[in-house]
Amino acid sequence: MVVLKNGVPQPNEWVRVADDATLPEGAKVIVSLERWQAERETLRQRNAAVGVSLKSDQSPLLVKDDLDHLSLVALEFPKFTDGRAFSYARVLRDRLGYRGEIRAFGQVLRDQYLFMLRCGIDTIEPPAEKRVEGYAEALKEFSVFYQPTNDHRETALRLRHGLAESVAA
Amino acid sequence: MYRYDQFDATFVRERTEQFRGQVVRRLAGELTEEEFRPLRLKNGLYLQLHAYMLRVAIPYGELNSKQMRKLAFIARRYDKGYGHFTTRQNIQYNWPRLDDVPDILKHLADVEMHAIQTSGNCIRNVTADHLAGVAADEVEDPRVWGEIIRQWSTLHPEFSYLPRKFKIALIATDQDRAALRTHDIGLKIVRNEAGEVGFAFYTGGGQGRTPIIGPLVKAFVKKEDLLSYLDATLRVYNMHGRRDNIYKARIKILVQALGPEEFGRQVEEEWLRIKDSVLKLPDAEVARIRAYFADPDYEKLPAFWPEFEAQKKNDAEFGRWVRANTDPHKIDGYAAVTISLKPVGMAPGDITADQMDVVADLADEYSFGEVRATHRQNLLLPHVRKQDLYHLWQRLKAVKLAEPNIGLISDIIACPGLDYCNLANARSIPVAQRISRRFSDPKRLAEIGELRLNISGCINACGHHHVGHIGILGVDKKGDEFYQVTLGGSSAEDISIGKILGPAFSYDDITDAIETVIDTYIGLRNDASERFIDTYRRVGIEPFKEKVYGSLKERRSAAE
Ligand code: HEM
Ligand code: SF4
Repeated sequence: MVVLKNGVPQPNEWVRVADDATLPEGAKVIVSLERWQAERETLRQRNAAVGVSLKSDQSPLLVKDDLDHLSLVALEFPKFTDGRAFSYARVLRDRLGYRGEIRAFGQVLRDQYLFMLRCGIDTIEPPAEKRVEGYAEALKEFSVFYQPTNDHRETALRLRHGLAESVAA
Repeated sequence: MYRYDQFDATFVRERTEQFRGQVVRRLAGELTEEEFRPLRLKNGLYLQLHAYMLRVAIPYGELNSKQMRKLAFIARRYDKGYGHFTTRQNIQYNWPRLDDVPDILKHLADVEMHAIQTSGNCIRNVTADHLAGVAADEVEDPRVWGEIIRQWSTLHPEFSYLPRKFKIALIATDQDRAALRTHDIGLKIVRNEAGEVGFAFYTGGGQGRTPIIGPLVKAFVKKEDLLSYLDATLRVYNMHGRRDNIYKARIKILVQALGPEEFGRQVEEEWLRIKDSVLKLPDAEVARIRAYFADPDYEKLPAFWPEFEAQKKNDAEFGRWVRANTDPHKIDGYAAVTISLKPVGMAPGDITADQMDVVADLADEYSFGEVRATHRQNLLLPHVRKQDLYHLWQRLKAVKLAEPNIGLISDIIACPGLDYCNLANARSIPVAQRISRRFSDPKRLAEIGELRLNISGCINACGHHHVGHIGILGVDKKGDEFYQVTLGGSSAEDISIGKILGPAFSYDDITDAIETVIDTYIGLRNDASERFIDTYRRVGIEPFKEKVYGSLKERRSAAE
């Protein structure tokens, strides 16, 4: 499986581990919230990085005190119409100040990809049947943005009033 | 009126091309219908009973004559020569072809229009008082804020996949002409005790199967905090609104479940974190947008125009039209003119391409090129000199747009109903047509006085039946069309939800039942100045019930 970062396919360095499976030695692992909560102490002692995977009804506030120990938070889009994780990503970045990797998985479609990046999601796991080139195309569809988020794309408002740090190309 | 700058123009062009690509991918099978559906809905494209329907946004109801001509062109070229103005200040085309839609959007973009977010589970086209900038008692022009909200909500990265649709309306006077508290957020522009202008947030109103009057969640939000408070409200809703049941997914259900205080507390908590962030509105941007809504070059005119007064006296028909279809204007010598899209026997809100062209010409000649869409499915010429009214009226009359019935019983709101809509239980339009024929005598209309009659073809309440003084709801009884009547609703500042009169009426009985309601009111009212709704509130539903079901029985036995 590949993951996409800024539209570019990358090898996936993370291994998703089921709740009852043994942890592969030395690998970066993603575990469920339940497993993280049950085995927090041992997981924190690992030499390799740990990430946690949240279902769409699991708010990142549930791991707010653990974020220093988590190199990745994966957010689920169980259906592409379930948009909770857009807000979760913003809560992670803006409210909780999380600087690790935020990953989206599930039904993550090309037409939502730009929204995901704008909300602070770094990487996505595109569904196997989708054409990955489409995701890169989707990022080129817009050059104008109205909403300020913390993704460093300048907004129309800032460009209008000469507030932009550097005029975006 | 607002004009796109390079950013807005580029954006709408890009959005049009994005949709063109989505249609290509759908036709090539790269997108499933299930995946395409929300994408087309976010661009106003519904699949109705017979064909696609395209809903075009008219943000806060404002149009210029050039845009109106383009709407006429689209109606002619891509539809069957007409369009339909809706209760949300949008226009709908009922017969476009999917592969034409990208071109239609391109034509719209050429005149700074679009169909963005007129449907789908996102923040919908924002609506506003149609007398914005005209009403003398307005705190501040709501269109400025409508435009700010339009831009903030357009392709919002976080709030494009909400639990359900989200509608925002704006007013700035104590009179509510926008059904404010039936919206997910109703924003009332107010002045606080310190004399500052800001927004009262009525959050969690709605119609549909669970009508709820939006409670006041926050009495005053400063202008600079408008976007941060909106963001906080939407974030709480996006994370906590129900997604397991579409009938319980609107924000009103969340607000009711938590209680308005607790909901407000959660929003406040989120808001305090973000209010001093990049969302704070700079004065320069507000000023930039406000400049577009500066007054047109009004002339200095006398408030009293003797010739106009004489015209009203000498021509009773003109006098009736002036009384029903014009509103006072903040500038002496001007009036705001409502163009009725409810001629007797027609579908409420429908207008032909030729009529649209005439309206565009009249706007240029008489109203600084401005036209508005109202939430009661009519059009408005906002600034007409009183001395021009007689001519204007004659010109409107020549194209059947001078029905003198605004605010009266035949100024009916009706949803598309079974003629177009696949969710309908019953037809709405023919019922509206029958009622307007029954009450076609202008003298009788005027005698009945102010009355709001609203019709929905099913409980989704697109036709605002819960908040009509008289509401009619289409129900299905073993495959037959029946109509339930409610009395006592209002969508104005005296908002209330109507009460059910009793068992539903058949298609053939509904017009008679309405007539009995009216006759009963005339018999009960103190005098002609007591409106239907006031009489109803004074006497209650019982006298109406007795008379209506009594006379139904009489008619039945007479028929046997
Ligand atoms: C294809 C035809 C239509 C369909 C399938 C449709 C569908 C719906 C549904 C399902 C609801 C209930 C939403 C809820 O309670 O969550 C609703 C409400 C509503 N719709 Fe429509 N609608 C149609 C046409 C229209 C038209 C023509 C208008 C006028 C612009 C309109 C305006 C409204 C309004 C004002 C409401 C009630 C207010 C509220 O959102 O609570 N609809 N519609
Ligand atoms: S009220 Fe019902 S019948 Fe009328 S348009 Fe809405 S969904 Fe269709």
